[in-house]
Amino acid sequence: MIWEVFRQERKGQPFVHGGSFHAPDKAFADAYAREFYARRQESIALWVVPRAEIMTIEEFPDEFDLKYRRVDGYSIKARLKEARERVGSTERARAEMPALPASEREEQRAGTLES
Amino acid sequence: MPEHSRAELLLELADDELILGWRDSEWTGIAPFLEEDVAFSSIAQNEIGHARALYELAARDLGTDADALAFDRAPEEYRCSPLVQLRLVPDWARTIARHVLYETADAIRIAHLKESDDVELAGLAGKIEREEVYHRLHAEMWLERLGAEERVRGAVDELWPYALGVLDPPLRPRLAERIGRPEVEAVERTAPGAEFAELWDEMTMVRRSAPVGAQW
Repeated sequence: MIWEVFRQERKGQPFVHGGSFHAPDKAFADAYAREFYARRQESIALWVVPRAEIMTIEEFPDEFDLKYRRVDGYSIKARLKEARERVGSTERARAEMPALPASEREEQRAGTLES
Repeated sequence: MPEHSRAELLLELADDELILGWRDSEWTGIAPFLEEDVAFSSIAQNEIGHARALYELAARDLGTDADALAFDRAPEEYRCSPLVQLRLVPDWARTIARHVLYETADAIRIAHLKESDDVELAGLAGKIEREEVYHRLHAEMWLERLGAEERVRGAVDELWPYALGVLDPPLRPRLAERIGRPEVEAVERTAPGAEFAELWDEMTMVRRSAPVGAQW
């Protein structure tokens, strides 16, 4: 029976796969895991798992090339540039508009909310 | 029972741990499977580590050093129990029987020392105990697996009188209770035999061949 070992080096750090070994049952696995992965205080905790209990998933069909679902699926740089230009132009337009008196600005805002 | 001096008591313990460590290390490279090879070698190393700590304490009482106690005595001066002297390779069944019996006896001895009024002795016993816990778990898991086998049962029968000899007589009833066997006549600590002399020769060879004044 093969056991997989995940070890944590320091508190708060993720458990990282350390290796595997043969052991006939849980008691042997406990003893061997301690000897191989923690004897020199190199781990503060271990996860020891029968390999057969680990679910392996390794087929991920992507028939329609849905790469836009990935963060790196399309260049965000060009879109950002476009967006910035759009915002920049409205801001310029707003800045060029004649200033309204404070009371009218309030009315305008309330109107926007109602609609 | 004659009262032991502290140094005598420490030497008995240290010699037991040193010689068992050597005997167990005879399995290195030829244990039943790779994982066990590593684990059993590691236990052997732990035992020698305990021997060193015990020799260091004894050496302070005797005005010498740990290496001199471990390697410079004549074979007949060692006080190790006959159980640890037996050369058991390549018989894994007898090795497991000795492992179980020794660890059980040692646990009783260490627990007794932990209650000692001698703070140094009690402290060292506590430190040793923290490692021995795992040796016992290791011994128990093997017993669980092989204890019903004819060869292991026979080996426990054979080694039982030797196991009793590891402990001072007042502690022997506790061992009999834990192992679930009646007390029989023990194989006592006497001057080591020929099998030990051979081990001693091998064990002290490097030190004896070192030039005078060599530092380790």
